[in-house]
Amino acid sequence: MDLYTVSSNFLYVSFILYLVATIFFGATIGNKREANTKSKASKIAITITILGFLSQLVYFFVRWSAAGHAPVSNMFEFIAFFGMMLVLGFIIIYFIYRETILGLFALPTAILVIGYGSMFPREISPLIPSLQSHWLYIHVTTAALGEAILAISFVAGLIYLIVKVDQTVRSKQTTWLEIVLFCVFATMAFIIITSSFDATGYEAEFVQEINGTEQSVEYHLPPLVEPNNSELVSDHFTTGIETPAWMHGADAGSKFNTLIWSLLGGLILYGITRLILRKRVAAAIQPRLSRVNTDKVDEIIYRSVAIGFPVFTLGALIFAAIWAQEAWGRFWGWDPKEVWALVTWFFYAAFLHLRLGAGWHGEKSAWLAVIGFVIIMTNLIFVNLVIAGLHSYA
Amino acid sequence: MKKIKCECGHINHEGTVLCEACGKPIEGNQHIDGNDENNVLEMRYEGSARRSKTYKRTFVDKTWAFFSSVKVGVWLIVLALLASAIGTIYPQEEFKNSVLPSSQFYEQQYGLSGKIFYQLGFHNLYSSWWYIALIALIGISLVICSIDRFVPLYRALKNQNAKRHEVFVRRQRFFSESENVSDDDRKTLINNLKKRRYKISEEDGHILAEKNRFSRWGPYVNHIGLIIILIAGILRMFDFMHTEGYVWVREGETKVVPTTEQQYYIKNEQFVYETYSREDERFQEALKNEELDVPSNFQTNAIIYKVKDEVIPGQEPELEEVTRGEIRLNEPLTFDGYSAYQSGTQLRSEYNSISFKVENGEGEELGSFDFKTNEDQRYYKLSNGYQIEIQDYYPQFEVTEEGPSSFSKYPRNPGIIFEVSGPELEGERYFYLNEDVVPLIDDPVTNVTLEDTELITASGLIIKKDFSLPFFLIGAVIFMIGVAQGLYWHHRRVWIHPKDGSLLVAGHTNKNWFGLKNEIESSIDGTSIKMVEDQQEKL
Repeated sequence: MDLYTVSSNFLYVSFILYLVATIFFGATIGNKREANTKSKASKIAITITILGFLSQLVYFFVRWSAAGHAPVSNMFEFIAFFGMMLVLGFIIIYFIYRETILGLFALPTAILVIGYGSMFPREISPLIPSLQSHWLYIHVTTAALGEAILAISFVAGLIYLIVKVDQTVRSKQTTWLEIVLFCVFATMAFIIITSSFDATGYEAEFVQEINGTEQSVEYHLPPLVEPNNSELVSDHFTTGIETPAWMHGADAGSKFNTLIWSLLGGLILYGITRLILRKRVAAAIQPRLSRVNTDKVDEIIYRSVAIGFPVFTLGALIFAAIWAQEAWGRFWGWDPKEVWALVTWFFYAAFLHLRLGAGWHGEKSAWLAVIGFVIIMTNLIFVNLVIAGLHSYA
Repeated sequence: MKKIKCECGHINHEGTVLCEACGKPIEGNQHIDGNDENNVLEMRYEGSARRSKTYKRTFVDKTWAFFSSVKVGVWLIVLALLASAIGTIYPQEEFKNSVLPSSQFYEQQYGLSGKIFYQLGFHNLYSSWWYIALIALIGISLVICSIDRFVPLYRALKNQNAKRHEVFVRRQRFFSESENVSDDDRKTLINNLKKRRYKISEEDGHILAEKNRFSRWGPYVNHIGLIIILIAGILRMFDFMHTEGYVWVREGETKVVPTTEQQYYIKNEQFVYETYSREDERFQEALKNEELDVPSNFQTNAIIYKVKDEVIPGQEPELEEVTRGEIRLNEPLTFDGYSAYQSGTQLRSEYNSISFKVENGEGEELGSFDFKTNEDQRYYKLSNGYQIEIQDYYPQFEVTEEGPSSFSKYPRNPGIIFEVSGPELEGERYFYLNEDVVPLIDDPVTNVTLEDTELITASGLIIKKDFSLPFFLIGAVIFMIGVAQGLYWHHRRVWIHPKDGSLLVAGHTNKNWFGLKNEIESSIDGTSIKMVEDQQEKL
């Protein structure tokens, strides 16, 4: 077995361990609060989580030695690392607060994140000259750790909202909460659909005309929308609907097509769930979380921002600026990724001022934590895939 | 300024809510912090007199009050956040990567929304007056907020006495009253607090135990860091702090370094371009999907010269080597405060030399000549009295309505018209273009073929001088220290107040009440002192 295979296997192992740990954390929700921290189930759960994390560490370092550079240089590697840091963030917060319910939500988030990242090309790719610097490791890892700890505040916020939002009447809050949960279903759908068609080796080919030159475009999902101004050349089914012309960038059609597949798949999954539950998804989860200590969860929302914010500032702004100075001779250049790091920083600065200065606790704080995560995901996914810039490696 | 004298004898500033020394609520000022008699005291700024809350008459007062409000600060942050995000919808002008002028580019590329983006000036959003003004307003808010709070807070904490007014103690969030506490129990509590690194001060049997007061300065320290960064940003606008230039240097060429007032020259000795081998086992899989080779190195081997003595106009300056080295991405070359960064490449894009072979009618070689694009040589001698005359040279050949001409002075696509002449040979003209030689007359006697071409790379280098960097770094470090100081430590105080045979214990912290509760609980362990109750929860 070569190193690459070894490292991949360790990633699979950690993926499975996270799943198992989730189940054990699930087994703790019926317990009384005090009993919880000492219960067998929670001890097993956290042990398995740590084993999973260690296994992913092995993946990371084995892949590092196989590639000769830290595996944080493309979309797959970065997202997998982000998932690993999410688990680390959870472990840290767990040992401060001993809140088992956090594991029940944090680990599935990490699983979805790693699963999502695995849909991008997983081969070890060579390092282009602009990335050949020790700052790659320092900047990217610190930024990812900061974002992951901030993501823990989202997880806590979500738990808080599921417990606290009044589900007896329909309100703006219940609707938005369902939208957040729908996004989880859509991510799940994306992973299921992409990996299924990947397994069958599906490939449709188009010839697209861009600015007078013809380019070949490959689809790995059946085309619900074709690339703009294109012709199908392989023998496949197509709807004939075209991607709107204003969507630009490489593979705009294919990405838009994937998005539609994910949203439709998400709708189906969500719809089936609603049909079975016969109530809002959050309303169905709520009674199971009745024993959750919401004050503690509220404190976790704040604490993870308090820990994550300085780490994020250090990694995503200060180290980033130092590297940019060394590589490009300017520490700040208004590249979209940089701007979105600044947007994230502004947002959490506002969060802290509102929380510490204006007394925004509880639901307000929880919603802010959710919005913060949306901003982080925008920077991670949208900016890389849609807005072309210096950081679009995927 | 009106002063308020408290019954304890301390003289407070106008607008004080709680006496700085004893903490007694000052009558008539309780509305300022929204205190009411039945509730715990608002302790955020120690009830100190803040300018923004005290004076509200003049324009200056109102401006001060406006900028010192957290609400306004948060709004400014949110506006800056939204503005920054909007600027990423479409690329900024510098990233648009198109020869089209912006007035056409945005509309053509993105349609109506692109046109609006351009017309609103969002293509240069981050250097627009209003964006800079927004950042400046945040800066003003930072300064005013910090001064408004820091000065009175510092005074209040400095003037605080160990002996507090009973009302102050009773209206703390954590409070308990225990009767018949023995002196030993009291001492145990004090010792336990000491063990937990509380500093103890005593006044008439009243005890103040305090720790981590410095954590209260965290917000102001991090704001100072941010202000230093903003000031550094202003300094950077001046040439003595920061200059930037860009220079293209071809292989073998020596050029003056821009922004150095003609004092430095740079020579590009060689440009090194390397790619990853497709045989490399590590990356084989990934490289299969790449049509083009993946570069592994862009490197300029450069020599930096400094001008010796004064330059006499019209004369070539005398140069002295300063340093030499390899400039790579991520590895700039520095010299005398300047740095040269590898930035652009025009890989093998220009012809350095083109060599030709000339034969006579019998196929005998008459010699060859090497046309140098950067030399102004008109005649080339061949053997047997033959010679070449360069009649026309177009570095970047194109045909316009006025006939052949050159698009630029750079030899990217040279076109050469030359004549071969010799004894018993009238001139025969040839035309060279696109690595091909075409005779311009029918049935020439001689035969000219292309022997070889030599292409060179032009390397684009950014030349920077930036003395503002240390200021940014200092600002960033101070910011990080301030954030850690304010977020990771908690200012905690415990008051022990004897009162007619009973003992009042009160506690206050600026955050993490849970932690303070634990500390008090373990400190009174084994004594008859009652555990403090959270009065906020009760009310």
